[in-house]
Amino acid sequence: MALEAQDVYFRYNKKQPWVLEGRSLKLERGERLALFAPSGRGKSTLAMLLAGYLAPTQGQILLDGEPLPSKGVCPVQLIYQHPEKAINPRWRLGRVLEESGSLQEDMLEAFGIERPWLQRFPRELSGGELQRFCVARALLSGAQYLICDEISTMLDVITQAQIWNVVLAEAEKRKLGLLAVTHNRHLAQRICTRMVEL
Amino acid sequence: MKTWNRRTKVLLLTAVMAALLIALYALGALIPDDAVASSIQNAKQPPSWEHPFGTDALGRDLFLRTLKGMAVSMTIGLAASAISAVVAVLVGVCAATGSRRVDACVGWVIDQVMSVPHTVLVILISFALGRGLRGLLVGIAATHWCSLARLIRGEVMQLRSQQYVAVSRKLGRSSGWILVHHLLPHLVPQFFVGLILMFPHAILHEASVSFLGFGLPPEQPAIGIILSESMRYLSAGMWWPAVLPGLALVLIVLLVDKLGDHLRMILDPYSAQE
Amino acid sequence: MNLLEIQDLSVSFRMYGRGLEQTDLQVISGLHLAVRPGEIVAIAGSSGSGKSLLASAILGILPGNAAVYGQMLYKGEELTPQRQQRLRGSEIALVPQSVAYLDPLMKVGPQTGGPAEKRRSLFKRFGLPTQTEQLYPFQLSGGMARRVLVSTALITDAKLIIADEPTPGMSLDQALEALRLFREMADEGKAVLLITHDIDLAFEFADRVAVFYAGTTVETAPASDFKTGPEALRHPYSKALWRALPQNGFTPIEGFQPYAGSLPKGCLFAPRCPYKTEQCIKEVPPVQEVRGGEVRCYHGT
Repeated sequence: MALEAQDVYFRYNKKQPWVLEGRSLKLERGERLALFAPSGRGKSTLAMLLAGYLAPTQGQILLDGEPLPSKGVCPVQLIYQHPEKAINPRWRLGRVLEESGSLQEDMLEAFGIERPWLQRFPRELSGGELQRFCVARALLSGAQYLICDEISTMLDVITQAQIWNVVLAEAEKRKLGLLAVTHNRHLAQRICTRMVEL
Repeated sequence: MKTWNRRTKVLLLTAVMAALLIALYALGALIPDDAVASSIQNAKQPPSWEHPFGTDALGRDLFLRTLKGMAVSMTIGLAASAISAVVAVLVGVCAATGSRRVDACVGWVIDQVMSVPHTVLVILISFALGRGLRGLLVGIAATHWCSLARLIRGEVMQLRSQQYVAVSRKLGRSSGWILVHHLLPHLVPQFFVGLILMFPHAILHEASVSFLGFGLPPEQPAIGIILSESMRYLSAGMWWPAVLPGLALVLIVLLVDKLGDHLRMILDPYSAQE
Repeated sequence: MNLLEIQDLSVSFRMYGRGLEQTDLQVISGLHLAVRPGEIVAIAGSSGSGKSLLASAILGILPGNAAVYGQMLYKGEELTPQRQQRLRGSEIALVPQSVAYLDPLMKVGPQTGGPAEKRRSLFKRFGLPTQTEQLYPFQLSGGMARRVLVSTALITDAKLIIADEPTPGMSLDQALEALRLFREMADEGKAVLLITHDIDLAFEFADRVAVFYAGTTVETAPASDFKTGPEALRHPYSKALWRALPQNGFTPIEGFQPYAGSLPKGCLFAPRCPYKTEQCIKEVPPVQEVRGGEVRCYHGT
């Protein structure tokens, strides 16, 4: 039961330099791993590879020994740094959640999502509130692994603590495998059981 | 009195323009055929209160004929630009979502169509289909979709690279579902603005091709026909059959163009807050 | 004397809501700030709290549907639009937030301006190769672009430098180098206004920190107070910020920052404040001097 990157190489095309060269990484269910590195080292690229948003040029990404499914609901879900880009600006937020499954009342409660927000449009909510929707949407799909790419970098520290407390509680409850990409060492130490530096 | 904000003013202006166009169209369509019947004793009269645009060589009232012609032109223009806009969306979406080869192919066709002047192409198609309403309609519809198709292709390409589309795919949604729910709704404003801005071009092409004798038959009271006939009498000092219907045509075209501009202003998020 | 002094500044945007209704969104309200020569003042707050708009307001480059109220003094004189136009780029320089502020059709060298020698030495300090001058903005990586942007401001003889999020995208070393440069500028008698959402950074490098909340400064305090801990701070929001940091407990307070469209009538922090009283809900508290800092709270201690 693990998500694994095996000797992964990546570049956008043959003319470009390698973004990642021979990286390997293993994330077990129930484990919280921090990927800690300064920017420009391919953290985000590795995150996108692990979630199946990009395909490695060489090497492979394995989920429980099998390649990631290319169709259907992906058991590995990625959460981006900018929630306002990851939500269709023309959709009410209720619809955003329903895209990944039917609403669960206890989930709204756990994430501090207030009922009236479901009727609103994304531009009427702040980044911290939208980020809750992105996390909730990823978990509603039944994800087993959560890749968090700098999800709290754009938020103030209070909202950051609010979001992470929720994510950590859910990760505990669902035995999620969690990979947190961050450049903040203090945050990495606080939220994760293991740290990897790129 | 309460002062209106800019958006209200623009909306009001747009509504007035639209109403004016609809009224003109209705007026033209409602004029019975015998109102523009020929009467030799009234022939070649300059503009007067009774005949605001004067009469032509056969004694037909030019004002009514112009109105009627305008209604015909508007019907053709609307139908042709609607077909064109739909074609543009289909082609644009196909190019953006299809394989690289489809995209290249569509790009090539667009280049080919755009490299030939529209008028020449409309004449050729209309002539090949035996002139008349059908030939003209197909000719205009087949030549006007290119630039809008390009625009839509670009828009879809840009939308497809959005993070929320990538997320949707990973949530197990199919390409078709994403197209209908995420992509197409964003294209609605583009579609309508594109359609309306295509409208004046379509009318002008209809008029010019009919003027040259490759479009509508001479018995149709189309603007192009009226202008074409007027040429014969211009040297005899009859200026009104050429100038007044011509001005009316220019006016309508400008009106529609402004309407399209205003619509874009309202729908475009970049200018919507001004 | 203060180089820049801002009193009771408000900025609102005229926006259209649904349909035809038009509303004024107040994004900055009752803001007080003073910057003295020789110091770095950090403005810390979350994204969307109006920090970047403050920079635009000082420079006079807000969009057309914005309205500005209140007073801004530069060297003791009112900052009028004419004066802003004269001063920006010469006396007041901006380190903009994104590469989008560079002219895409102009090479980096000429665009950076200033004497060539100064430019080269700056580039060298930032670890930018000399050939960078010959590149176009699109050829720069994110971190390089960021360093070029900082250079454009440092190369001028500006007395006041406004840096809007200058460090994201840089490596730690580069960020430290940039901040060291800002420190040097300040030590030479210039003033630096550092806008950032990275509070750790603000504590480390600034002389004073202004805490931004919902478009206003709730507390301005010496940076050392933030290192000491919540007992040295004056405003309940600053204390909450401190406690929410991953290294100090990671415990958040409840609730959300209010929207620009629906600000509370009294103190902007009242809805989330544990010490709120009747007075806080009814009236906006005035700015008070408490222990060498400024705080906008009835209960600031």
